[in-house]
Amino acid sequence: MGIIKAKQLVHEYIRRDEEGNVESIQTALDHIDLDVQPGQFIAILGHNGSGKSTLAKHINALLAPTEGSLWVDGKDVTQEENILPVRKTAGMVFQNPDNQIIASVVEEDVGFGPENIGVPTDEIWQRVEESLKSVGMLQYRHHSPNKLSGGQKQRVAIAGVMAMEPKCIVLDEPTAMLDPNGRKEVLHAAHELNQKKGVTILLITHYMEEVVDADYVYVMDKGHVVMQGTPREIFSQVGTLKEHGLDVPQITLLADLLRQSGLDIPLGVLTREELVDAIMKIAG
Amino acid sequence: MLRDITLGQYYPADSVIHKLDPRVKLFATLIYIISLFCFKGIAALLAATAFLFAVIKTSKVPFKFMVKGLKAIMVLMLITALFNLFLTPGEPIVQLWIFKITAEGAQNAVLMAIRLTYLILGTSIMTLTTTPNQLTDGLEKSLMPLSKIGIPVHAIAMMMSIALRFIPILIEETDKIMKAQMARGADFESGNLIHKVKNMVPLLVPLFVSAFRRADDLAMAMEARCYNGGEGRTKMKPLKYVALDHKAYAIIFAYFIVILLCRTFLPWPM
Repeated sequence: MGIIKAKQLVHEYIRRDEEGNVESIQTALDHIDLDVQPGQFIAILGHNGSGKSTLAKHINALLAPTEGSLWVDGKDVTQEENILPVRKTAGMVFQNPDNQIIASVVEEDVGFGPENIGVPTDEIWQRVEESLKSVGMLQYRHHSPNKLSGGQKQRVAIAGVMAMEPKCIVLDEPTAMLDPNGRKEVLHAAHELNQKKGVTILLITHYMEEVVDADYVYVMDKGHVVMQGTPREIFSQVGTLKEHGLDVPQITLLADLLRQSGLDIPLGVLTREELVDAIMKIAG
Repeated sequence: MLRDITLGQYYPADSVIHKLDPRVKLFATLIYIISLFCFKGIAALLAATAFLFAVIKTSKVPFKFMVKGLKAIMVLMLITALFNLFLTPGEPIVQLWIFKITAEGAQNAVLMAIRLTYLILGTSIMTLTTTPNQLTDGLEKSLMPLSKIGIPVHAIAMMMSIALRFIPILIEETDKIMKAQMARGADFESGNLIHKVKNMVPLLVPLFVSAFRRADDLAMAMEARCYNGGEGRTKMKPLKYVALDHKAYAIIFAYFIVILLCRTFLPWPM
């Protein structure tokens, strides 16, 4: 069984008035099936309101499913006694870098997670040092988080999750509030952890460019998984993506337009280099 | 303009006082305050003065930093001194219309001024040499016994340290909202006091909304990192007494005994 496995997962946000009567029901997740193998880099794409953040919060047991079931590392998240072990297995990084840093010193914030799960003091220091090193923030360990840039804060947040030694990290739109440089930093850190430490990464995003290097992509719309496959498979269906309110990376779009105008360019071009190669081939 | 506000004016330096355990500093400050209000006689006053200046010297904090704190309470000190000066009953030495100054009054006024000055200097040594985080840690550990009678000491300490972390963020946010409202024609400067207070509403409402949203986000982030209260928690930087701290305790006790001895045997002239 995979590290994250969802079966017919349903979540409904129920709005109640003051007397507790149901006012409206909004289905955020509608019978989702998901199977993530350990060590993969998974991307979940979707525009606002597609239910991708709701899904992320289930994996960390911050929300409980209305129907269906979800296992994280073989543990059923609906069981009360599994909540803490699940949170230990699947760490989570949120969108706003300011609102997830707890301490006033970088290293103390990274130590917050291990402190919570009762790691002995010596080992906390070791883990803090290691995880700060793995995101390239070791030289800032004594700094105040207020003095860091958005990308640096987000890397500290990732280090804070890493220090709990999770098998899987869910990044819920970690780059939405960052500038292009910060986005690159954060994505680089995430890929590094995936490749060097073998941590399963679940990247939730609406930026197409961030998805290109993933192993597998799920596309969500209105609470359903509407497409899944490798990035190449997904981006070769420009029309379907557009129907779900998503764009394709500019290079893929350009390749698609060129093909439509009669050039012999393969489907699903993802990078600038691939497109250049394809055009060179035609030119002979 | 809001950036100028500094809180917990920590002065970084490499001194013995800085290295002390925050609990020692909290306790010593408490003992010093008690000693200020129970000393009697010129000998005790000299002892308190000597002790204070010895500590200031070892703390390596420039004296002018300490004096800054005094300015804030100048008015309070003046009022207290005047009340003591004119309203202490006794044998009048000077009489002007309905005002009379007694010998006791003069003495009380001077003493009160000295006590308040020393009180502020003494406590500012503590805040100047201890980071806010150390202070909350120290408070948490010293007040831990209170958790047995149901006071959530850990939660209070956690709230204090989170508040300290968010002060600069909220100040920045206030600045941002202020500018945004000013760009749309809000006026925070002119008008009388009531007018000015009313003008604050478009500043405070968005500030509160965003503070609540932040609190919500932060609570979720803490939960996601397995936070569930103080139980079963370990510490990255646990407070541990070392030889230096024991020495400091010995010194503060010795000082307190000297003050008490002076009170009993050399109470002259007060």
